[in-house]
Amino acid sequence: MKIVTGNDLKSGAVIWWTGVGWSLDVNNAADTGEQGAKIIAREEGVQNVVGAYVIDAEKDENGVRPLHIKERIRALGPTVRPDLTLKPSDPQAVNWVI
Amino acid sequence: MVDVQFRFRDDEAVNDPAITVSGFTEQSNATAVRIEPGDDARELLPALDRLALVEVAFPSWTDGRGYSSARILREAGYTGELRATGDLVIDMLHHLRRCGFDAFAPEKPLNPKDAEVAFTRWENVYQATAVDGRQPIWAKRHGA
Amino acid sequence: MYKYDEYDQQMVDTRVEEFRDQVRRRLAGDLTEDQFKPLRLQNGLYLQLHAYMLRVAVPYGTLNSEQMTVLGDIADKYDRGYGHFTTRTNIQYNWIKLEDTPDALADLAKVEMHAIQTSGNCIRNISSDQYAGASADEVVDPRPYAELLRQWSSFHPEFLVLPRKFKIAVIASETDRAAMRLHDIGIQLVKDAQGQVGAVFYVGGGMGRTPFIAKKIREFVPIDQMITYAEACVRVYNRYGRRDNKYKARIKILVHELGLEAYSKEVDEEFAHLLTQPIEPPLAELERIQAMFADPAFETGLSDEIELSDPDFRLWVERNSFAHKAPGYAIANVSLKPIGGIPGDATSDQIRLMARLAKDYSFDELRVTHAQNIVFPHVKKSDLFALWQELVKADLATPNLDTVGDIIACPGLDYCALANARSIPVAQKISERFGSARRQAEIGELKLKISGCINACGHHHAGHIGILGVDKKGKENYQLLLGGSEGADTSLAKITGPGFDEDGVVDATEKAIEVYLANKQGDERFLDTYRRIGMAPFKEAIYG
Repeated sequence: MKIVTGNDLKSGAVIWWTGVGWSLDVNNAADTGEQGAKIIAREEGVQNVVGAYVIDAEKDENGVRPLHIKERIRALGPTVRPDLTLKPSDPQAVNWVI
Repeated sequence: MVDVQFRFRDDEAVNDPAITVSGFTEQSNATAVRIEPGDDARELLPALDRLALVEVAFPSWTDGRGYSSARILREAGYTGELRATGDLVIDMLHHLRRCGFDAFAPEKPLNPKDAEVAFTRWENVYQATAVDGRQPIWAKRHGA
Repeated sequence: MYKYDEYDQQMVDTRVEEFRDQVRRRLAGDLTEDQFKPLRLQNGLYLQLHAYMLRVAVPYGTLNSEQMTVLGDIADKYDRGYGHFTTRTNIQYNWIKLEDTPDALADLAKVEMHAIQTSGNCIRNISSDQYAGASADEVVDPRPYAELLRQWSSFHPEFLVLPRKFKIAVIASETDRAAMRLHDIGIQLVKDAQGQVGAVFYVGGGMGRTPFIAKKIREFVPIDQMITYAEACVRVYNRYGRRDNKYKARIKILVHELGLEAYSKEVDEEFAHLLTQPIEPPLAELERIQAMFADPAFETGLSDEIELSDPDFRLWVERNSFAHKAPGYAIANVSLKPIGGIPGDATSDQIRLMARLAKDYSFDELRVTHAQNIVFPHVKKSDLFALWQELVKADLATPNLDTVGDIIACPGLDYCALANARSIPVAQKISERFGSARRQAEIGELKLKISGCINACGHHHAGHIGILGVDKKGKENYQLLLGGSEGADTSLAKITGPGFDEDGVVDATEKAIEVYLANKQGDERFLDTYRRIGMAPFKEAIYG
């Protein structure tokens, strides 16, 4: 699947396009098919997101998993600071990245 | 030609068509020339006294060669209009002024209020460029 | 230390207002991201992997206690309670919000700090020797000269949009502690036969994708022409440096492609011309600055004896302290490399603690080093034990300066948008494997440096052992390099061969160290042994 990600203009937070808005959780990312460029142009135009781009991901029963490690680190947070990731209480979260 | 939006000169505006640097060095009667980023401003030095307008092109504002071109011309004593044209941004206007530009013809007109603030924001400057008439901070400190 | 006058203060205050206005225009939609990006970078604000990142300048690595305290407070108020000290002796915060940045800069301005030109294609923070003003081997204190250069380079109207970033280092001793020859311009201050101070200029050094050691371009620039000469060097670069390819845009490529002689001829002509222009600050300005760098009031008649009966303290003194020029004093290093820790990171509490200790024990002064550590430059030897005890409580007393555990590492793919591989986990594993006191003592001085991509922010080219993370078909892969150095004997490390995975590169590092230990003669360091026996035995052990 193709999903769209970027950073929130004001806070800089990593965000994912859900089909209707933006979420901090990659599992809420929607398959944007061929619509990525159009969504990006519109959302950057209204200042909702900065530096947006399309990436490849897979979806299974566990959720959405970006194909590249860099995007998985963006989705979770720094692997060396589990306390600062989106899943601070899940010791297995880092394994999802690697 | 793009319009001059800001001009800091009292003389008549020059509207002669600017020719290229290589055209200028071959042709003796032109009074206006246009410097592209890759041109060597020093090629104009032998003929500075007959120039009334030098346009320095900024196809992209992040290409800073035009700043050196401007200062080189002013350091050599050029007193005619020195016009920055192209992709000009508000936040660099002050620095362009400091390098000797006295006319600005941005491709897209700039917000005049923001530009006014940018031109006057810096009450003091650290360096002497020797071409903007400004006394640097070190000179003020030592009463030079 | 340098103290701002009304002019300096006005410059940073004005910059805060300018940036506040730029942020306003960005949020209002008057500036697109493409337009805003070069502006925010000139103010040290990046958009990184997880968030905005703010890099705050620590000019020539010197700080006072009040400034350090504010660095800790910024981490709490605007970030997530920690900061990262960098190889450019700056500090960066990883989780800054765009809308908060102007306020953070205003807080910094109150203590004479800023983020001016900590990124962007302009002249960056001037770096220097972290032992300046304290070590016995310097010709003069290099910091006043660095301050003169700081003022010259700040908002220099001609040099704000150079082909690429531009880094200058100033040192004043034969022992190079600032990687001077790996800078765009390296300046070594010297005295001539008459005792006059002048500047030896080196040009065209740098790491990155194509590393070069800077070449000496001028033997002696009289000190009252130093700014003019620097201006000539940078103007020639601004005019002729490549702008068609950002990987070939640094001055090192210009010097390499033109040749030193041709570049030097251009600089000579420009220098001769610029000497006719009234651009050089008067010597009175240098003297004004020098007066602020006068020695603190060192006590006299102090003993050089240190009570070393505590073995842990003894180890720390032996490892982390350095000879001071004043009798009875020492330079004390704080390693920000605890075993298994994140190189260069410090919590807000640790930062504030170091601030207080500087006040109590080091004449209110601290330094940041390019190896991502902190220095208390002027500590009474009789105070070392008390200082050490306080550091121990805060996990800041790891006795590993310049050993295998004292790793330089860039933030890597855990934080950086440009990285291809993570650096920190590799540093942690190496530090854990070799970090014990016994192992460290056995291995001795070994500078290990890790970068997560070819931009080389982790200085891997200059490591006795260097590690470079690359992306191999979507997987992290690590190349091993040997034989680099950033000191007076600067050399560039050479790659051993095919890369490894994360555990593989740690194993390969161990094999390289074993080869050293097996071949070491006398007091040889890893680097000396490598230089003597060459790459072959290492390759054999690693790949054979």
